Amino acid sequence: MAQKNEDSLVIGGHEFTSRFILGSGKYSLELIKAAVEDAGAQMVTVAVRRANTKEHENILDYIPSGVTLLPNTSGARTADEAVRIARLARELGCGDFVKIEIMRDTKYLLPDNAETIKATEQLAKEGFIVMPYMYPDLNVARDLASAGAAAVMPLAAPIGSNKGLVTKEFIQILIDEIDLPIIVDAGIGSPAQACEAMQMGAAAVMANTALATAGNLPLMASAFRDAIAAGRKAYRAGLGRVLRRGAEASDPLTGFLHD
Amino acid sequence: MVRINGEPREAAGQSVAEILVAAGYDRRAVAVERNGAILAKADYDTTRLVDGDVVEVVCFMGGGC
Amino acid sequence: MNTDENDFLIDSGKLSAAALAKKHRLEHDPSCRRDPMEYFPEMEQIDSDVRERVITAMDDYDESRYTAVDVRRALDHEHCSIEDFKALLSTAAAPFLEEMAQRARSETSRHFGNTVYLFTPLYIANYCENYCVYCGFNCYNDIDRLQLTPEGIAHEMKVIADSGMEEILILTGESRTKSDVEYIGTACKLARKYFKNVGLEVYPMNTDDYRYLHECGADYVTVFQETYDLKKYETLHLLGHKRVWPYRFEAQERALRAGMRGVGFSALLGLSDYHKDALATALHVYYLQRRYPQAEFSLSCPRLRPIINNEKINPRDVSERVLCQILCAYRIFLPYVGITVSSRETAKFRNGIARICATKISAGVSTGIGDHEEKYTGQETGETGDAQFEIADTRSIANMYGDMASEGLQPVLNDYLYV
Repeated sequence: MAQKNEDSLVIGGHEFTSRFILGSGKYSLELIKAAVEDAGAQMVTVAVRRANTKEHENILDYIPSGVTLLPNTSGARTADEAVRIARLARELGCGDFVKIEIMRDTKYLLPDNAETIKATEQLAKEGFIVMPYMYPDLNVARDLASAGAAAVMPLAAPIGSNKGLVTKEFIQILIDEIDLPIIVDAGIGSPAQACEAMQMGAAAVMANTALATAGNLPLMASAFRDAIAAGRKAYRAGLGRVLRRGAEASDPLTGFLHD
Repeated sequence: MVRINGEPREAAGQSVAEILVAAGYDRRAVAVERNGAILAKADYDTTRLVDGDVVEVVCFMGGGC
Repeated sequence: MNTDENDFLIDSGKLSAAALAKKHRLEHDPSCRRDPMEYFPEMEQIDSDVRERVITAMDDYDESRYTAVDVRRALDHEHCSIEDFKALLSTAAAPFLEEMAQRARSETSRHFGNTVYLFTPLYIANYCENYCVYCGFNCYNDIDRLQLTPEGIAHEMKVIADSGMEEILILTGESRTKSDVEYIGTACKLARKYFKNVGLEVYPMNTDDYRYLHECGADYVTVFQETYDLKKYETLHLLGHKRVWPYRFEAQERALRAGMRGVGFSALLGLSDYHKDALATALHVYYLQRRYPQAEFSLSCPRLRPIINNEKINPRDVSERVLCQILCAYRIFLPYVGITVSSRETAKFRNGIARICATKISAGVSTGIGDHEEKYTGQETGETGDAQFEIADTRSIANMYGDMASEGLQPVLNDYLYV
């Protein structure tokens, strides 16, 4: 039996040594295998779509065995639609994980937090391992945790923007206050940004567009892998957020103590 | 008349397994929803479609953020 | 440093031979005491993991492992982690006390400005069914017992309210038969007439009881765990409902579930290892805050004091410097919580600590029963009940108000609209 890794990421009782969740959108099937391998990813997101009778290629044939599939509910505009997609995803027979994505906004693709809470509650009741994608709001994160989420996935920046940790302060609050893995999702555009998220104490980073739009996709996957591992090490090593305090001239405060 | 993935088909009376084969779907790689309810794979052979049924056949594809 | 154990055991000449024999058995024969983990049948058990988390962290904590390097790192961090807090509570942090105080003051002013709240406690009964060996109210201690009537309570409240006080903390000894929930409810309803803010420090009770008292007007519940060290607790709380350690631990959570606005916590410093007790107290707040983020939280920091019939009780190794260190660590780790410093401490200490991290100070204090008018006006008003412990700071509300203002602080009597 494999020895338990001292720094493993546990989501819904499943253990992962990699902290890089890879998206599989926006690039060709032939590149997926190399991307997964070079990323060292153990979890890959996939979408659920109407099957096309003209194409007979199955994405599952391109994903190395042993990799956990994280189906998302992209396309859902309401909690009910997300629940429906999640059930279909489970029927496809690749486990109980689901990443909830509910967008009512086609321009910015920002997640609908209220509907996401509803869907999380329903799917957690049905035994799914629920990983909701959300706009980083502490109250919502708490509600997601009470609703049974296995992790919380706040966005760093608008999806596909590659802008990095635009919501940094708010993600930090989630990391500090929520007892679930906080996985930074959406908007991470470079390995440096992924590293920074990990240094903050994020449990994992998800990336897709940053790789899909890179000049050499497998090489960028490998760069992300190293950056995420480095950020994790820095976090574990106890990187301090040093606050520079100017020398404040102040009367001694403890002079009144006599013993 | 039956609707499969949005398209009308003359498939009433056929089993789900039969229409999957006829349309060229790989039954191992898809999930089927009939009138909003998921149909278990074990029931594909015995479930016969009736007039007015709405069937969705889905599979995984690339997706991320 | 005083490391001698306190000698708590005092025999009253008024006890019958049978009572004395039972007392001695309880004191010396652990096998005749009740299991402190076993709830009484009427006690509600709630589903919560807070206790396990707090106790696991406390058991793991070895303060001697922390060095000046850890303390330095903790003070350099913008946010104080649990590990940082452990370093600040350790002996290694003692030389950093002034720097901790400066940091604590900046955290306090960030969250509370320069305000300090004033309140007064009102003991309405001193009957008690517990035998807690260090407490003046314990059932074997020979003291004058009294329970105020509703008229007596109203009279005391009027005297206190006339002094300008707007917040009251109602206390009883822990006797559910003498001071039942309905009686406490009556006191809360009266208090709502005289005060804007009503706190309770009474025996732990079930959620339904707390809900009832909240409806009667109470909005803050304080329960001191005394010590989080179960082994030690068992040797100090020999008899009565208070012996049930987990039921006491869960009191604040039940109160919050019942809709109370805030809850208060404390260990009684000097009973056991103060490093561990201070850690557990703060983590008790920390984990409950994560579960009930809407609630207000406050910490107290009582040290052991002499009681009637036992002048020798003292806080052992918890000196004023140590107490100051603990309070600074509390403030740095939990910048948003209220910190109450009671009249057990001297006027000098309370003036000093209010400039650093205390946000709530009692004034015009009596820990006896029915003696406010006498204390406030010099006019004797008849029967009174004995005090729970000796106080060290006897300042009136007016004096306290003036002293706080002259320390550069803004005394506040109430900042809360009852809703």
